[in-house]
Amino acid sequence: MDGSFLITREDWSLYRRGQMDQQRHQEKVREAIKQNLADIISEESIIMSDDRKVIKVPIRSLEEYRFRYNFQKQKHGGQGKGNSKQGDVIGSDQAFAGSGKGKGAGDQPGVDYYETEVTLEELAEMIFEDLELPNLQDRRKQKVSATSPRFNDVRKHGLTGNIDKKRTILETIKRNALAGNPGLHGIKPEDLRYKTWEEVPKHEASAVVIAMMDTSGSMGTFEKYIARSFFFWMVRFLRTKYQQVQIVFLAHHTKAKEVTEEEFFTKGESGGTKCSSVYQLALEMIAERYNPLDYNIYPFHFSDGDNLPSDNDLCVKLVNELLEVCNIFGYGEIVNPYYRSSTLMSTYKKIKDPRFVPVSIKDKSEVYPALRAFFKREEH
Amino acid sequence: MMHHNQELQVLEKAVEEIIGIARRFGLDFYDMRFEICPADIIYTFGAYGMPARFAHWSFGKAFHRMKTQYDYNLSRIYELVINSDPCYAFLLEGNTLIQQKLVIAHVLAHSDFFKNNAHFKKTSRQMLESMSVHARRIREYEYKYGRREVEIFLDAVLSIQEHIEPRPQVKGIPVQEQAEPEETPYDDLFNLGKPPAPSPPVPARKVPAQPEKDLLYFIMTHSRDLEDWQRDVIAMVREEMLYFWPQLETKIMNEGWATYWHTRIIRELDLPEGEALEFAKMHASVIVPSRTAINPYLLGVKIFEDIEKRWDNPSEEERRRFRRPGGEGRDKIFTVRACENDVSFLRNYLTRELVEEMDLYLYQKMGHDWVVTEKNWEKVREGLVEARINGGFPSIVVVDGDYNHRGELYLQHRYEGVELDLPYLEKTMPHVYLLWGRPVHLETVVEGKGTVFSYDGKRNSRRPVRAGGEPA
Repeated sequence: MDGSFLITREDWSLYRRGQMDQQRHQEKVREAIKQNLADIISEESIIMSDDRKVIKVPIRSLEEYRFRYNFQKQKHGGQGKGNSKQGDVIGSDQAFAGSGKGKGAGDQPGVDYYETEVTLEELAEMIFEDLELPNLQDRRKQKVSATSPRFNDVRKHGLTGNIDKKRTILETIKRNALAGNPGLHGIKPEDLRYKTWEEVPKHEASAVVIAMMDTSGSMGTFEKYIARSFFFWMVRFLRTKYQQVQIVFLAHHTKAKEVTEEEFFTKGESGGTKCSSVYQLALEMIAERYNPLDYNIYPFHFSDGDNLPSDNDLCVKLVNELLEVCNIFGYGEIVNPYYRSSTLMSTYKKIKDPRFVPVSIKDKSEVYPALRAFFKREEH
Repeated sequence: MMHHNQELQVLEKAVEEIIGIARRFGLDFYDMRFEICPADIIYTFGAYGMPARFAHWSFGKAFHRMKTQYDYNLSRIYELVINSDPCYAFLLEGNTLIQQKLVIAHVLAHSDFFKNNAHFKKTSRQMLESMSVHARRIREYEYKYGRREVEIFLDAVLSIQEHIEPRPQVKGIPVQEQAEPEETPYDDLFNLGKPPAPSPPVPARKVPAQPEKDLLYFIMTHSRDLEDWQRDVIAMVREEMLYFWPQLETKIMNEGWATYWHTRIIRELDLPEGEALEFAKMHASVIVPSRTAINPYLLGVKIFEDIEKRWDNPSEEERRRFRRPGGEGRDKIFTVRACENDVSFLRNYLTRELVEEMDLYLYQKMGHDWVVTEKNWEKVREGLVEARINGGFPSIVVVDGDYNHRGELYLQHRYEGVELDLPYLEKTMPHVYLLWGRPVHLETVVEGKGTVFSYDGKRNSRRPVRAGGEPA
């Protein structure tokens, strides 16, 4: 009659089942994000995020699909405070997220996505995983970014601060065992082991990216937004992958000038377009500041192609000049379906150099393929 | 450590006292194993439904959601109890003593319910061990056939895991085949002068002979291309669902019963004022009503209390017509807890007075708003019952396992007025296709019209049900 019972308190610290499956779930979330990078990459909430660390990304395919009732067409039970009557409104669409199993759009039938949070860094990592700066060539004067010490040997003498504790203890144990008195006790001077190092100079090739954008009146909000999201990721990519990368921003309409990064993305100008102006400026800058013998040079130009026709021939000539001094020249043309077909792109068809990469972007989802075209990893 | 040991001793005294009281009330539970564990662990068990279960990302997703809600203080599980013999109950570390007392009283009643309710009679009480064996087997399959492969298959099996037959004994009555007249040596004489009887058409053997509700079982036994390990995975998932099923069917009763008893048991304890107040607060938070959902704890306890009252003090009419002498309240609720499930519990014992007193209603979507549409007590009761039928899942049966004579699978949704979630349906079909290996069809009703959804391995399509009914 005492009733059989036990109360225990085990050590659960190694029980990681939930965390492990949670990790698998997060892997799947990442997979899903990757599959949808093209859509996600130009999400306005990200491009305009002002470096917010965590962003919400809508992804598909992580619901646990099953045959279930349509929640919206079901009758549900509820309980009033004693005075409810037919016709009482107890909620409306927006404010009614709490009625399903849980919160969030994913729990509402018919809404076929799931919002997850990722950090900008994680997202950048996924996007850049297989991107590289192409045609990185050894230039005459490599910039040595730093020398870094590399510990690569263990010796019996050295600086006290560099004692290798693990190996020292191993020596003690070994010596004690040989002496027939195993165990860790009595560390003697002869047991001490020291780590030693060697200076390894790290060479880094240096590169400069010349970001050029058409900010003329014919570039509307849509065009600017596309260019902006492209450069957003380009800047991020360059700054995460390489340290010795400089980037200059050149904005142009009929005249070109160097601007700050912020101005580059936020300011618009009015007037016509002469792309030759910005190529001219780029060439001048290369001559003054970025000797092609020292730098890998990557000019990228975004435009809607609405160039002064009389300027086109000059553009081709200048692009060819630029190609002589740079690794790759990217031209991205943003095609607005409401505009007539562009003149600049057809003009550029004449350029046969493989280092000239022209891309047309029609909508947001093509920013990602454009990035990949510019920064494609070379097959070695 | 000292501190922990003291805490355990205090708890041990409390358990002893509570068990004594529960026994005096007549509760009949399994031997108890209480384990105190941290929140992470309780939430893991909550997500998996069991301490040891096979790995799948959906459990990780559930765990993460529950854990986040706990971390943000949105919800709190105080306990978790397993239908097993001995009965395991997990108490949340860091609960105050009175919280633990309430939880202990509460789980004793759950244990009594598991042990005595008819719908639990056939559940395995060794499922804790079985599930950890399942987990090991699935891990071996992952090792042997690849984690990804097993995961894809589990995704498919879990997508139809609710479609089992928890009561195989109540199959439809088989159609009586017309008995052949017995042969006699004189048949040739009797038949002299009559035209020869046409030989009866050989009836095509139909698979399944009767509509089969147990999709998992049917696919496991009839799908042609499954490997042994895949059939084994289906069998394991099905066994686990059969074990969980009675809990899905008795949510309101089970929680109502446990709430009824924790109140009665704690009342017997001599609590200091502070604890009494804390108990009242906690109890109130358990039975808080909701405008948008039925709180099973509250509805359950209200019905049990109402039954007790009505059988203790029957009306004149009840005394006369039903020969209820009165004073039978306690006995009656013990009988109810032994026999009913949520559907019969609501149907038999949710009275007009209770629906009105609790101000229960049905609501539904009207335009952009959710509006109270039903206050009539019988309609409300019927609505609540419907929501509990088949554990709240749509009922889907296999009608033909050789549809079009091409081995295709024809399923039928037993439509009872509520449409299926169509985007979900179309995403589920590929899972069923993966299990069946051939095209899959599902008949249901969309906007009043019979509609057949099909998935052929590449895309979904839909068409109206053929005139004259399906399958052809």
